[in-house]
Amino acid sequence: MNPLLSREPGQKHLLLGNEAIVRGAIEAGVGVVTCYPGTPSSEVPNTFSKISDKIGVYFEFSTNEKVALEVGAGSAVSGIRTLVSMKSVGVNVAADPLLTLIYLGVEGGLVLLSADEPSLHSTQNEQDNRYYGKLGYIPILEPSSPQEAKDMTRYAFELSEEMKMPVMLRTTTRINHARGIVKFGPVSQRKSKGIFVKNPAHRIAIPAISRVLRKELLEKYDRLVTMGCTAKVNLLEGNGEFGIITSGIGYAYVSDALDDLNARDKISVLRLGLTFPHPDKLVADFLEHKKKVLVVEEVEPYLENEAKRVAKEENIATQIMGKSKNLFSRAFEFDPGMVRKVIAKYFELDYQPKYSIQTDDLPELPKRPPSLCAGCPHRATLYAVTRAAGMETPFPLEIGCYALGYMEPLKASDFCICMGSAIPSGCGISRVTGKKAVCFLGDSSFFHSGMTGLANAVYNKHNVLVVIMDNGTTAMTGHQNNPGSDHALLGLDKTRIDIETVCRALGVDDIHIARAFNLRQVKAATEKAMLHEGVSVIISKQVCPLFARRAGIPQKRLFFKVDLEKCTNCRDCIKEIGCPAFYLDNDYPAINRNLCEGCAVCSQICSEKAIKPAKKETEHE
Amino acid sequence: MSKTRIYITGVGGQGTLMATALIGQAAVIAGLNANLSEIHGMAQRGGIVESSVTLGNLLSAMVSDAEADILLGFEPAETIRSAKKCSPETTVITNSTPLKPYTVSTGEEEYPNVSQAFKKMQQKVKRFISIEADAIAHSAGNILSLNIVMLGAMVKHANLPLTAENFKQAIIKFTKPKFIDINLKAFDLGYSSK
Repeated sequence: MNPLLSREPGQKHLLLGNEAIVRGAIEAGVGVVTCYPGTPSSEVPNTFSKISDKIGVYFEFSTNEKVALEVGAGSAVSGIRTLVSMKSVGVNVAADPLLTLIYLGVEGGLVLLSADEPSLHSTQNEQDNRYYGKLGYIPILEPSSPQEAKDMTRYAFELSEEMKMPVMLRTTTRINHARGIVKFGPVSQRKSKGIFVKNPAHRIAIPAISRVLRKELLEKYDRLVTMGCTAKVNLLEGNGEFGIITSGIGYAYVSDALDDLNARDKISVLRLGLTFPHPDKLVADFLEHKKKVLVVEEVEPYLENEAKRVAKEENIATQIMGKSKNLFSRAFEFDPGMVRKVIAKYFELDYQPKYSIQTDDLPELPKRPPSLCAGCPHRATLYAVTRAAGMETPFPLEIGCYALGYMEPLKASDFCICMGSAIPSGCGISRVTGKKAVCFLGDSSFFHSGMTGLANAVYNKHNVLVVIMDNGTTAMTGHQNNPGSDHALLGLDKTRIDIETVCRALGVDDIHIARAFNLRQVKAATEKAMLHEGVSVIISKQVCPLFARRAGIPQKRLFFKVDLEKCTNCRDCIKEIGCPAFYLDNDYPAINRNLCEGCAVCSQICSEKAIKPAKKETEHE
Repeated sequence: MSKTRIYITGVGGQGTLMATALIGQAAVIAGLNANLSEIHGMAQRGGIVESSVTLGNLLSAMVSDAEADILLGFEPAETIRSAKKCSPETTVITNSTPLKPYTVSTGEEEYPNVSQAFKKMQQKVKRFISIEADAIAHSAGNILSLNIVMLGAMVKHANLPLTAENFKQAIIKFTKPKFIDINLKAFDLGYSSK
């Protein structure tokens, strides 16, 4: 049995932060979980997708974050505890319902997980979603460890239900992808059958009603401010003359630094767990008796500005600093050594940092950038389409594995903003340049927000070629299913939506279907489509080979090898497509048969026909 | 209680994250506090995979520059790339078998002279242990047990608050049943290397 399902309180398990969130939701008796996957949140939905059936939780991969939150709004307003999970930028997509749902309120607790990513390990920007608290009156909880991720998830449901408003659990990568020992609590009774009570005066966001609800929201806010000053999630430690205010992972770095620096008696710590609403009185009391205060928080000076405001309002002269040239940067993650160093500097403590060994006499190292996998169908499509359309063509694309196609040698991307941006941005480019843009997106992003862009392109008579690279899965975030996946094959009770039918229904006439690995077919479709005036679509199909293997989908596998008698060593195979299965053997191209997926793309590029299938899989494995 | 900071580096597919988790599980078995940190996502597409473990009375799992007590390198070029994590007090345990990046395999970039670089690093750190982990894993019966070989070597050569027995229990409890025998053998071969 999965330990997360244990009904025995007191057990201790080593859990990923995201697994701890799942456990917290289970302990809280969650009945509905919705999401759109995205790093660093993905293990929350991935885990629920495996266990929800066993415990009677309704779980879905929704088509996008806005949809996930709206489905969750429906279940929570009907009295069911609901978890809605997404990454930082996903909250931007869900912001529209979020900022009004807070007016309407909920009956069952609704917890929105916002997994932020300082340092942008796998995200397109570095945004601090604590500002959604200020923007929309969303209560925000920030755990500092996997144990707290569990405990605060549970508390978030209770708080949400008590206040009848959605609550955001704001984490960062170093919480989501930390692993720590988590002690389990008891599991509450799960309620999964809801009742929708008609209550138009509270549930319909039209001006006349929202004006009333706006006042109620402000009253709730005042209650929350008071509550925050005594909330157990806000911790006060020590009694020193100096002070540190911190939250989230910053607290872990501060705690370790104070131990390492032997400074617990000098510096006391105010760790805020509930960071919106800001507990003004608690912070004022803390500031008042301190000689000076340092604020330790990644990304924006959110707590720092709040503390400075409180100090001003309360006439407290204590020096408060955080983000500054000499202390902390707004950019990127912190680390323990950096926080220790800044604390020692700001409070003038004795500290001899360790120094790294000299590295300037060590050799220069080759880069090891992430790349499209061997046998990735995106490589084939990106190569064939861009070479057929001409490299002077604008190539907007969006978020997915294929974003890696911007690199040498493919150079198949010129403009990438966010999910859903490829088609509309291509429309804007084509409209003003007169060049037919080629817009690349995947199957999951097509259903996420590509369809609305396609409808706009047809409706407003734009001139773009839309290339939908259908690999049957949401590959980048770890192979989640989406509306276009072959659910029957995966044994899932879902309805499959056919991308071609959707495109036709949206009014696209010029549609081409191609097999991604057939370069001639994809090129021919591209050449035809580029001559067409208006919206064209190419659906390039080939299942992601990693997904096929993971899902046990049988694939006919060959591997390819270079015939040295025919090879002229022109190296087009290497230079054109950048497949990581290639290497040089005695200065001639060779193919690593353990990496080769048998896609045959290289063999179609070789003008000497020197690359040929070697053996059937059964013979080489 | 003493504090131990371990920094782990390697390449996607080498099983570094599994090794990281096993250190954590061995600590749980030993009754020690453990914090682990991983990066998922883009890093796994053939890129560098870095993770860390801290043992003892600590809340944070990250290992800053110069602060690794142990550097566990699964690939020689990545060990060299992580040299800034080392101070003169660091113990380095590294695999000496290169896994060349694509750019090297296809002649665009040069792979460094590993033995020369290792000699230089060796003079700067407390202890430097280099093993042919790929070959050892192969002789254990499966090249994929490379990560377990590395753990065995670490337990032998580094100053850890964990025993070989803690790791063996973790292997039995948390690796796939059909690989347990190979993994135990890989651990022993790693432990007795050098």
